[in-house]
Amino acid sequence: MGDEGMKIAVTAVGEGMDAQVDPRFGRAAYFALVETETMAYEAVENGNVAAAGGAGINAAKAVIDAGAQAVLTGNCGPNAERTLRAGKVKLYTGVEGTVAAAVEQFKAGALTEATGPSVDSHAGMGG
Amino acid sequence: MVVAVASGKGGTGKTTVATNLAKLCAEAGRTVQYLDCDVEEPNGHIFLKPEVAEREDVTVEVPEVDEAACVGCGQCGEICQYGAIVAIGEKVLTFEPLCHSCAGCWLICPVGAIQAKALKIGVLERGAAGELGFVGGRLEIGHVRTPAMIGRVKECIEPGALAIVDVPPGTSCPVVAALRGADLVLLVTEPTPFGLNDLKLAVALVRELGLPFGVVINRDGIGNDETEGYCRAEGIDIVAKLPDDRRIAEAYSTGAMIVDAVRECRDRFGAIRDYVEAAWRVT
Amino acid sequence: MREIVVISGKGGTGKTSLVAAFAGLAENAVLADCDVDAADLHLILDPQVRETHDFSGGKLARVRSEDCIGCGRCAEVCRFDAVSLGGVGNDVIAKTYVVDPMACEGCGVCVHFCPARAIAFEEAINGQWFISETRFGPMVHAKLGIAEENSGKLVSLIRKEAKRIAQEQGRALLIVDGSPGIGCPVIASISGADLVVAVTEPTLSGEHDLGRVADLAAHFGIPAAVCINKWDINPEIADRIEATAAERGLQTAGRIAYDAAVTKAQVAGQSIVEYGDGLLRDQVVSLWDVVREGLEKTAVAKEK
Repeated sequence: MGDEGMKIAVTAVGEGMDAQVDPRFGRAAYFALVETETMAYEAVENGNVAAAGGAGINAAKAVIDAGAQAVLTGNCGPNAERTLRAGKVKLYTGVEGTVAAAVEQFKAGALTEATGPSVDSHAGMGG
Repeated sequence: MVVAVASGKGGTGKTTVATNLAKLCAEAGRTVQYLDCDVEEPNGHIFLKPEVAEREDVTVEVPEVDEAACVGCGQCGEICQYGAIVAIGEKVLTFEPLCHSCAGCWLICPVGAIQAKALKIGVLERGAAGELGFVGGRLEIGHVRTPAMIGRVKECIEPGALAIVDVPPGTSCPVVAALRGADLVLLVTEPTPFGLNDLKLAVALVRELGLPFGVVINRDGIGNDETEGYCRAEGIDIVAKLPDDRRIAEAYSTGAMIVDAVRECRDRFGAIRDYVEAAWRVT
Repeated sequence: MREIVVISGKGGTGKTSLVAAFAGLAENAVLADCDVDAADLHLILDPQVRETHDFSGGKLARVRSEDCIGCGRCAEVCRFDAVSLGGVGNDVIAKTYVVDPMACEGCGVCVHFCPARAIAFEEAINGQWFISETRFGPMVHAKLGIAEENSGKLVSLIRKEAKRIAQEQGRALLIVDGSPGIGCPVIASISGADLVVAVTEPTLSGEHDLGRVADLAAHFGIPAAVCINKWDINPEIADRIEATAAERGLQTAGRIAYDAAVTKAQVAGQSIVEYGDGLLRDQVVSLWDVVREGLEKTAVAKEK
């Protein structure tokens, strides 16, 4: 990791750094936006949870617009992955534990960047 | 004349009624077409066994972006309600299965960088079973543009013919797409609590659409008499009652036409044909 | 928490009757009726509604007739034949343009292109959803308005709420009544489920339609098992369905013989397992045992 901090987005089932990482991306309950240098934290509720289609795309766009340069999540479907890639956002899947622990793993360089989507389309649909 | 055969509940006998009615009317000398608008689970071909003369791809329009011409204004992504086109910086991504073909993005693009292109969603088949014309639509797995597919099937309705439209079950927008423009609707139901519950929804829909309709009660006797009571109380024509007969179920299971396999039923289907003919004389 | 979704491809195979029976046999389950287009499960489960919520699936365009200048641009750009000249007049013109709410798809194009900004674009109320109590546990269900688009959004919402309740109440199982067909509502019913149970009948139609839902389940990577209802109507086709299912790697979890008691139970407002003892009940109990075994296997495989 570089010396300067960056803003990253971690999917979360609830608010706060102690919340568990949400295994879904497009329909994750919250996005935890964290500045890695200062550990400044902002929780953004995900408006796409009940969306029929386009949830992953809209969530990816929201994360990009928020200035995140990396996403940490359990899984990510193909539409969201494609959108994040277009926005040059690095994707890390298979992330588990609390938001705080995930951020620490990221800072320590312990996470491996994903090479593609981790699940098929719509896998997180239906709650 | 267009006669739509519909039902709130699935499995009540729409395809049985539609195919056998079509056959009887064709036998009586009418120019008849059967159109299978249950494009997600089409079954009409199983019973009519048509010879398919033409097969064509059915497509819808989706956006195609000329990246070189794109100036990255993002208006295409903003107007889209479906997440089908998204602008990320200067890149524009399209997600074709989500597109509703509203044309918003290619109309709004200030530099004309977006064109419409064709996306295949399924197949249209046209042919005949003897004298009976057959049109069927089949939506591809994973595609969801059911109403568009139904619209394409209905474009094949020939004016002057008796067109019998086999409608998908339910009351949501694919059903509306199949019902629109019908001159008469036959609602097929079964005399059970589930059947009556769903019949009421279907009646509300055809009344909302302002279409004349009658009810066919299939598997008469299996449940209770509340369905008949409801129709009488509402002044709804009971066009015919088809019996609950295991021979019908067995014949149906093999893909046989009931009017041939269980000939005692001819009268009942004949009553449906008479009802349709009477309605035709009035229009 | 494990989730089973019962679907059918073809309608009328007995899906809802079986879901009611599973509800009667399950311990500690939550029920969800995702057949929002023609919901019937409540007729057996007799839910006592505790919460009612409005559902909005999208937006609708509405011309403000007082602002319309009659240019017709809206009708020109509408791809869905939803706009016509048939609204009330105003100070400027005798007739204004009007949007047919049943045909409007909520795309917003007319709203954007109206030069007089005369078109409102509002959240539509497309239906209602409910959280209820039944004798078999909590139930989440809905009523979609007639002619509404069934995009799957309401289905997803029902499943999400049902899962939330399961989590909150420590219930181990979610049983979902799915929709017929292969479109959005079914996709929304099955994605992410632990096991799909496809109910079919031994007819050419049932066989054909089962193939398509099996394709759908495979397309989305969801494990599926098959139940052949009314199997004795055509034993030859029943055997063929079982053989084809096996070739596709799908287990046939059980067969149920045709029995008038299925309808009689429905008329009595009871589930099959409450209505009486005998072969029908035994077959359903056996089916449920096999389904639960299958569920454990697939859920365990998923976690690996």
